[in-house]
Amino acid sequence: MSESIAATNRLGLPALRWQSILKPVVFVLALTPFVYLVQSLLTGGLGPNPIDALTDTTGTLAIRMLLISLCVTPLRGLLKKTWPLKLRRMLGLFAFFYVFLHVSIYLVLDQQLDVAAIWEDLAERPYILAGTMALLILIPLAGTSTRGMVKRLGKRWVSLHRGVYVAGAAAVVHYVWLAKGDLIEPFVYLAILIVLLGYRFVKLLR
Amino acid sequence: MRDWMKVAGIHSSEITDERLFRQRRQLLQAAAAAGVTGLIASPASAAGTQLSGPIVKSPFSTDEELSSLETVTTYNNFYELGTDKGDPARNADQLKTEPWSVTIDGECAKPGVFTLEDILKPHAIEERIYRMRCVEAWSMVIPWNGFPLADLIKRAEPNSKAKYVAFETVVQEDLPGVKRNVLQWPYREGLRMDEAMHPLTLMAMGLYGEELPAQNGAPLRLVVPWKYGYKSIKSVVRISFVEKQPETSWNMAGPSEYGFYSNVNPDRSHPRWSQAKERRLSGDTGGLSSLFSSKSETRFMNGYAEQVASLYEGMDLQKFH
Repeated sequence: MSESIAATNRLGLPALRWQSILKPVVFVLALTPFVYLVQSLLTGGLGPNPIDALTDTTGTLAIRMLLISLCVTPLRGLLKKTWPLKLRRMLGLFAFFYVFLHVSIYLVLDQQLDVAAIWEDLAERPYILAGTMALLILIPLAGTSTRGMVKRLGKRWVSLHRGVYVAGAAAVVHYVWLAKGDLIEPFVYLAILIVLLGYRFVKLLR
Repeated sequence: MRDWMKVAGIHSSEITDERLFRQRRQLLQAAAAAGVTGLIASPASAAGTQLSGPIVKSPFSTDEELSSLETVTTYNNFYELGTDKGDPARNADQLKTEPWSVTIDGECAKPGVFTLEDILKPHAIEERIYRMRCVEAWSMVIPWNGFPLADLIKRAEPNSKAKYVAFETVVQEDLPGVKRNVLQWPYREGLRMDEAMHPLTLMAMGLYGEELPAQNGAPLRLVVPWKYGYKSIKSVVRISFVEKQPETSWNMAGPSEYGFYSNVNPDRSHPRWSQAKERRLSGDTGGLSSLFSSKSETRFMNGYAEQVASLYEGMDLQKFH
C-alpha cells in the first residue's frame, strides 16, 4: 500500500484516495474478531468452557484495541502525517466496545448477576479492582466522544481524555495480576504500554 | 488466532513475537484449528485404545451426569504440553509414553525401577466415577479406570519413617511447555501417608474404559477427588516415601495461593478465583445454550467430606489450606 501511495504522490495527483477508505477498512478490521468470536460460539469452536473463552478473548481484544488506540499519537509523530488522527475516535470506541463486552460477559454469564459474588471479587481480588477502575475511567470517555462534546468541553475534553493512559495501565495491570503461570502475553502488553506512555513522557520533557 | 490476526490487519509483530503467541492462554487458536466445520480436530477425538481385562464398578462412584469424553480430553491443564487449555490435546502426540518406568524409592523395603507392566499387573481395574474440581472454579465428572494407590504402596512396604509420599511427572526436554520455565520441572506433588493410603485415592491408567490419553496424564496418574485438580499429578515417573513434607510445584510457584493440602474448600478464598461456586463442564460445547449453564455451590472437600474429613480433624484448614 505504501508503495502505491508513494507512486501516487510522485505522479502529483491531488487527493489521496486511500485515505477516504481508511476509516471503513479499519472499521471492518476492528469488527472482524467480534464476528469471528460469534461464529466460533455458534459452531462450538470455543471448546468445553465457552464462558471462560469469551471472557479471556474479549479481555485480550479490549487490551489490544486500547494499545492500538494509544499508538495513534506516536504514529502521527513518527510519520509526521495527520491521517492517524482520523482513526483515533473509532479505535477508542472499539476498545470500549470490547471492554463493554468483556464486562457484560463477566457480570451476566460468568457471575450471573450474583451481587454477593461480584462484591467478593471486588473486595478480595485486586485484579478485579484494577479492571473496574479501567472500566469506570473509560465510561465517561466513551460518553464524551461525540463532536458536540468535544466542542462543548474544549480544553477540559483533552485533559479528561488523558484518562485513557490510566485506564490503559489499569487494564494491563489487571491482566498481569490475574495471569497464572504463563506471564509472557501480559508482560508483552506491559512492555508495549511502557513504550507508548514513555513516548509521550519523553515528548513532554522536551 | 495468528491467522485471523492477519485477516484483521493487526500484524502480530506489532504486538509480540509470533513465537510467543503459541503459548497464549486463549481458546481461539483451538477454534481456528477446528476450522470452518466447527469440530475440534484433535488426537483425542480419535478412538482410544480399549483397556484389556474386566473393569469392576466401584461403590465410591457418583451417579452424577458424566462430562463428555470430548470435554474431558480437550480441556486440560498439563503445562508440560502447553499452558492453553487446548494445548495438551493438540500436543499430545509429543509425549513419549513407551517405554515407561516408575521409580519407587525412599523409606521402603522394596524400592526399584518398575516397568509400567510391573506396576499394573497385580491390580484389578476399577471404574471410579469421580467429581473433579479445578482450582480455576470449573469441574467435571470423570469415569476413571484404575486401582487404589494404597495397593501399590503396600507392595513397596514403606517403613515407619515414611510420613509422606512424593510424586514426580516425567520431564521430556522437547515438550513445548518444558522448553519454557512456566513452572519448575519436574512437576511435583505430594500427599501425607494417610491421604495416600485412603481408599478414595486412585492411580488411574484409563478413563471411559480406554487407555489414558496423553493430555490426561498417560500412562499413569494420580486422582485425589477431594483435592483441587492440580494435586492429581499426571504421567507419574517417581514415587518416593519421605520423612518430611515434600515440595509441590504449585506451592513453590505461589505459596499463598496453593497450599500443600489443597483440599477443595468453598470457605477458603483464593486470590484469583472465588471457591464458593463452580461451573460444571458437561459436554455441551456449542450454541447459545452453553452460555447459560448455572454455577453450582462448591461442596466442602468436593463432596467427599464424609469419607475424608476425619483425616484433618483438629487442623485449621484456613492455615493448612
